[in-house]
Amino acid sequence: MKRKSLLTTLLIYCTLVGLGLIFLVPILIMLSGSLKIDTRVLIEAGSLAGLVPEQPSLENYRDVSTRVPFIRYLVNSTLITSSIVLTGLLVNSLAGYAFARLQWPGRDALLFTVIALMIIPLEAIAVPLSYQVTLLGWRDTYLVQILPFVANAFSIYLFYSFFLDFPKELEEAARIDGAGPVRIFFSVVAPNAKPVFATVAILTFLTQWGSFLWPMMVTHSEAVRPLPLGIAAFYTLPPLQWGDIFAFGVMMIVPVLLLFMAFQRWFIRGVATTGVKG
Amino acid sequence: MADQLHKHEHLIARLFVLPALIGLLGFVLLPFALAVTLSLTNLRLGSPLPLEFLGVEQYRRIFTDYTFLRALRNTMLFALIIVPLQTGLALSLALLINQPLRGIVVFRTVFFMPVVFPLSLVSVVWVLLFAPGSAGLLNSLLEIVSFGAWQPKDFLHDTAWALPAITLTSVWQGVGFQMVILLAALQSIPEELYQAARIDGANRRQQFVFITLPQLRNALIFVVLVTTILAFRLFDQVQIMTQGGPQYATTTIMYEAVNAAFASQQVAKGAAMTVVFFVLVLLLTLLQRFLLRQERAVA
Repeated sequence: MKRKSLLTTLLIYCTLVGLGLIFLVPILIMLSGSLKIDTRVLIEAGSLAGLVPEQPSLENYRDVSTRVPFIRYLVNSTLITSSIVLTGLLVNSLAGYAFARLQWPGRDALLFTVIALMIIPLEAIAVPLSYQVTLLGWRDTYLVQILPFVANAFSIYLFYSFFLDFPKELEEAARIDGAGPVRIFFSVVAPNAKPVFATVAILTFLTQWGSFLWPMMVTHSEAVRPLPLGIAAFYTLPPLQWGDIFAFGVMMIVPVLLLFMAFQRWFIRGVATTGVKG
Repeated sequence: MADQLHKHEHLIARLFVLPALIGLLGFVLLPFALAVTLSLTNLRLGSPLPLEFLGVEQYRRIFTDYTFLRALRNTMLFALIIVPLQTGLALSLALLINQPLRGIVVFRTVFFMPVVFPLSLVSVVWVLLFAPGSAGLLNSLLEIVSFGAWQPKDFLHDTAWALPAITLTSVWQGVGFQMVILLAALQSIPEELYQAARIDGANRRQQFVFITLPQLRNALIFVVLVTTILAFRLFDQVQIMTQGGPQYATTTIMYEAVNAAFASQQVAKGAAMTVVFFVLVLLLTLLQRFLLRQERAVA
């Protein structure tokens, strides 16, 4: 690579910082707004100088819990998302492995079906699915928010293509030692497949943590509703207090940001994988 | 003995796929078949009328319904604006980030960060940014950069500005996703191609047009497809920021489908709308497959 002149480098950095501000300012407004006294949020929202709160206070954070069951929403979201991620990892990795590495009659036809199902988005089936779960009497439960999302065609496909390229030698050595498919999968294959487990876990987590349409359609009580519905309800709850709303937002995003910071490489790799495999 | 071993393995393999298959059958294939079937009936929750087969009547109704046609138009318009905008922006960001500069990873993190924000939260925050008058950051900024010439607008209650406002919100949240996909594609282009081009005397622009763009072709097709499908799914932002208004300026296919099925309990009508939604997604996917196959035939 030819070395860039100092001026070019400086220009690139200026562009990067300018763009970076566009992405950061809305987040900073939320953060600083959450620390301000409610009456000051709207007055100062019109200027960048207002980003630094004059007398920061944590009052808004206390308010949130007294006005809505924030902890309940958080527990619900955590419970629903982690159930889907964990059971999904097990169910979809087993299927992906059977499609990629085991020989059985009917395999190719079923694999074709699974790949075809990838193009049906939730939105295309949300209305009849909600009718279906109403008939089953599942409305307003955790179950209805978990069970439909455990098996996932795209996750199966990601596992399938990963296991297809998995080195055969490891499995063969285990087979000679007399291990069956179950033991081979759990003690040889799975421990060596961390990248694909991480990718699927992160992609599932991102979709489910932000899930809004489905819980809106099938739940109505706060006892089972997740955070996205919580903030939507809080935002329309009079009196309109922006400081409280932002405090809710910060508390809602902090767990995700901590995960993101800790596993950043995996997040970015996971998203990039969707492009390569698609 | 060997035969029995095979039978045993077949059984295990079937047990491995069984839970996933039950899930996909019960929660994807069945509701999908139900969507098509219900859309041909008059199903309406709580209605005293008996269930009847109506043929394509629901489709005739929605395609003559002003609100649904408006939703269809808004959804297409939204896709038409956001797809080139977001793809172009994602490509520019990926090219910027792909440079060997100190601290570049920090910027990659910053550009990607909004992707982990739920759309519901993003929508709520942007409602304040779009606030009318001097309380809104966007109005104040535009007033400053135009030296006071900008007339403050109530973006989300203005028929001309509401959809562009939702578009901006969506780009801000989503562009990092496409950027990361394109960045990975950029980094997989072999450096030798550029070296060869430089030996032939190609300048930077020529290198971009004759190497980078053709090498990114598949990734770009993929990004365009994903962005289009995401655009067609538009719902969360509309539900929170505008409720389809003002005067139907931001209503979308999904917003109308959910409204039909829940606000007015017309399950059949809602199902017909989601079938239309699916046909559009299917056509786009087939188009992408076609474009990709075409390239393989050439290569």
